[in-house]
Amino acid sequence: MAKPKIALYWAASCGGCEIAQLLIGEKILKLAEAVDIVFWPVAIDAKYKDVEAMPDKSIDACLFNGAIRNSEQEHIAKMLREKSKVMIAYGACAYEGGIPGLGNMFNRQTIFDRVYQTESTDNKDKTVPQTSYKVPEGELTVPEFWDTVQSLRQTVDVDYVVPGCPPEEKTTWLALEALLEGKLPPPGTVITHNAKAVCDDCPRKRDVKKIKKIYRTWEIIPEPEICLLEQGLPCAGIATRGGCGAPCPQANMPCTGCYGPVEGVIDQGAHFMNALASVIDSNDPEEIQSIVDDILDPVGTFYRYSLPDSLLRRARIK
Amino acid sequence: MKKITIDPVTRLEGHGKIEIFLNDKGEVENSYFQIPELRGFEKFCEGRLAEDMPQITQRICGVCPEAHHMAAAKTLDDLFHVDPPSPAKKLRELFYSAFYVTDHTTHFYILGGPDFVMGPDAPVAERNILGVVAKVGLELGGAVINTRMKNHHVIHMLGGRPVHPVFGLPGGVSKGINEEERKEVEQIAKDSVEFAQLSLKVFDDIVLKNKAYVDMIVSDAYTHQTYYMGLVDENNKINFYDGKLRVVDPDGKEFAKFSPHEYLEHVAEHVEPWTYIKFPFLKKIGWKGFVDGKDSGVFRVAPLARLNAADGMATPLAQEAYEKMYDTLGGKPVHHTLAMHWARLIELLYAAERMVELSQDPEITSTNFRTIPTATPDEGVGIVEAPRGTLIHHYFTDEKGVIKQANLIVATVNNAAALNMSVKKAAMALIKPGVEITEGLLNRIEMAWRPYDPCFGCATHVLPGGTPLPINVYNSKGKLIKRLA
Repeated sequence: MAKPKIALYWAASCGGCEIAQLLIGEKILKLAEAVDIVFWPVAIDAKYKDVEAMPDKSIDACLFNGAIRNSEQEHIAKMLREKSKVMIAYGACAYEGGIPGLGNMFNRQTIFDRVYQTESTDNKDKTVPQTSYKVPEGELTVPEFWDTVQSLRQTVDVDYVVPGCPPEEKTTWLALEALLEGKLPPPGTVITHNAKAVCDDCPRKRDVKKIKKIYRTWEIIPEPEICLLEQGLPCAGIATRGGCGAPCPQANMPCTGCYGPVEGVIDQGAHFMNALASVIDSNDPEEIQSIVDDILDPVGTFYRYSLPDSLLRRARIK
Repeated sequence: MKKITIDPVTRLEGHGKIEIFLNDKGEVENSYFQIPELRGFEKFCEGRLAEDMPQITQRICGVCPEAHHMAAAKTLDDLFHVDPPSPAKKLRELFYSAFYVTDHTTHFYILGGPDFVMGPDAPVAERNILGVVAKVGLELGGAVINTRMKNHHVIHMLGGRPVHPVFGLPGGVSKGINEEERKEVEQIAKDSVEFAQLSLKVFDDIVLKNKAYVDMIVSDAYTHQTYYMGLVDENNKINFYDGKLRVVDPDGKEFAKFSPHEYLEHVAEHVEPWTYIKFPFLKKIGWKGFVDGKDSGVFRVAPLARLNAADGMATPLAQEAYEKMYDTLGGKPVHHTLAMHWARLIELLYAAERMVELSQDPEITSTNFRTIPTATPDEGVGIVEAPRGTLIHHYFTDEKGVIKQANLIVATVNNAAALNMSVKKAAMALIKPGVEITEGLLNRIEMAWRPYDPCFGCATHVLPGGTPLPINVYNSKGKLIKRLA
C-alpha cells in the first residue's frame, strides 16, 4: 500500500505549531517513515505550482495551522482544500482565529495607521505597504491584507480540529496516530483526550465557593491547591475543552482558553461569561455590576483565541 | 531585465521572498528581501490588560516565545513600578539561559550549520541535520537531540509550558523550583557546558581547519561595515536578560550607551512601500538607504553584533572562546556575516555557563519570587536580547493597567536592512554574466542571510530531499526561462 500523502502548511501564525509538531520528538521519525510529506514549506521544498498541478483529492490529509489574514493565505487554503481528502485545522488560529484574530477589534486602515506610525517610526510621508509597487528595476508585489481575520473553518470546509495554542504533544500524537492507523473519528470531531472541561484535567480542588471579587493575575498570590476561579481569578478552564492536562493552572496561572469550547458549545466566550456569572456571590444587581465592572477587557478575557469564529466575529468600526 | 524570485524563503517571523533583478548584461542590478505578511500586534494589543502581554505578544513568534515573554514581563515591572525579588530575576534568567541553549543549538546544527559542516556545495539531500549527524557521528547527533530535549524540559519546568510559557508577571514569576528540580537543572546545565565546548571543537575541526571555509568567511561577498548593538552589563559584558544597550561604530568605538527608556532617542524605523516589515536605523545618523559604512544609520544585532558591542563575556570559558575568535579574525569588530555562526557557539557556551551559575545560586529555590505591585501603572519599556537580536517592548496604559498603546521592535526587524544588503552583496558577487545559476550558487546567496537566523523555517535543511526555495529566472519580458527547485 502506498504511504499516505501529507501536506503541512501555516498561514497567519507564529511558528509555535511547527515547534509543537517537532516536539513529538522521536515519534517524528516514525511519522517520516510512515507518510510521504508532499508539502511542508517550513522544512521541505515549497512548490506552490507543484501543489497546483496535483489532481484534486490526491493529498490524503492536510494539517493546516494559522488564521486567514491575507489574500495569499486564503488562496493556499482553498487550493489545499481542493487537493486534500481530509483537512485538519491544527491549532487555535486555524480552529477559531487565535491570537491574530484579536485584530478583528480593528480593520486594515486602523492597523496600518498604528503599525506604520508608531513612536519609533520615521514616516512623515505616511508610506504604507502597497500590494503592487513599481521599483526602478520592475514590479514588486505582496499579498493583500484583509480587514477581517477568518479562521480556516470560515474559509474552507474542515474535517477535523486539533486544538491548542499550540496543541500539546499528546494531542498532536493522538491525531497523528488516528491518521496513520486509518482510525479517524467521525468528521467534525475535535480531537483531544478529553471532551469535557479543563477542570476535569486540573488537580486543583473545587468547592462550591462563590466569589465577591474578580482579581487580576498580578493582584494575588493564589493558594496552591484550590481552584483558581474560586479564588477570584478568571480561569477559562471551566469553559474550555480539556485534554491539555491543565498545565497553566498547575503553574499558578489561569487557563486562557486555548483549546476552544467544550463539546456542544458554539460560543466559548458566552459560555465562559455565563460560568463566571454563576460563581458570583451576590443577588444584588448593583453589587453584581460592581464585581463585573472589574473585567476591563472582556474580549481579551473571554474571546482570547476565538473572536473570529465566535458569534461576535469582529468589532464594528465606525 | 531578468528577475529571479526566491519564494517563499520560509519563516522570517512569518514568510519571506527574495526578488533579484538582473540587467541586460546579466549582472545583478538590485535585490529585494520582502516580508509579505503582517499581523498587527502593535494595534490589537490596545485594549488588552497589561498583564496579558507576556502571553499575547509571545504569539508573535512561537520559535522564540520565551524572548517576548521576558521582554513583556520586564516591561510590566517598569510599567507597574515594581522591582521583582532577586530570586525571581534569577529564575527568569535561568529560564532564559536554558532557552538560549536550545535555540542556539537548533540554529547551529539544524538551520545554519549544515552549510559549513557539509559544505555549501554538498548535495541538497545531505545538507541537513541528518547529513550533519552522519558526518560528526551519532554520538554528537544524539547529544544535539538530548540537549534540546532536556533544556526544553527546563523551560517547561520553570515557565509552565514547553511552548508559550505562562509564568511571567509584573513583579516576578508565578512559580519557583524545589531542591530536587534544582539538582536536575544543575546537571542539565553542566551537560550543556560540555556540549557547547564540544560544539566549538566541531567548528574548529570542520570549519577553522579548512582554509576554503575561512577564506569564505572573510571574503568581501559576506562582509558589511556597520554599527552593532547589544545589551551589556555594568562591566560592558554581554547579558541576554538585562542591562544597557550599547552601540559601537564600524571601527568598534562606543557610539552610544543608553538605558531602555532612552531607546526612542537612538532608534527609529523607516518604511518602504514594497514590504510589510520596517527598517530600524540609528536616529542620530539617519536613514541613508540600504548602504553600510559610518555615515549610514544601518546597524546589526544578534550574536556577532552582541560580541562586537560588548567588551567580553561574563563567564570564563566563553571569554576564552571570545578571545580566540577575535585573535583569529584580526581583532574587533568583526564585520564578516558568516562569523555569526561562530559567535553563536560562543554565546551557547556562555548561556550554559550562566545556567550552571544560576542553578547553583542559593536563592534559586527561594519561594520569594513575587512582589505584588502597588503603584499606579503608566508607561513601561523592557528590553532583552532575543537570540536573533535586541527586542524592545514599550507599553502605555491607563491608570488601571489597560494598554493604550504598544510599540514593539522585534529582533529580526532590527536586522531587516542588513538582510537586504547582505543578499544583494552576495548576489552581486556570485551571479555573473556567463556563470550558470546552479543550486549551489543560490545556496551561497542564501548563506548570506541564514547566519542572521531570521527564524526557524529558514530551515531549508530540516528534512532531506529538496530545497524549499523554488527559484524562477525571468528574462526582461517576464518570461520564465529557468526553474530550479
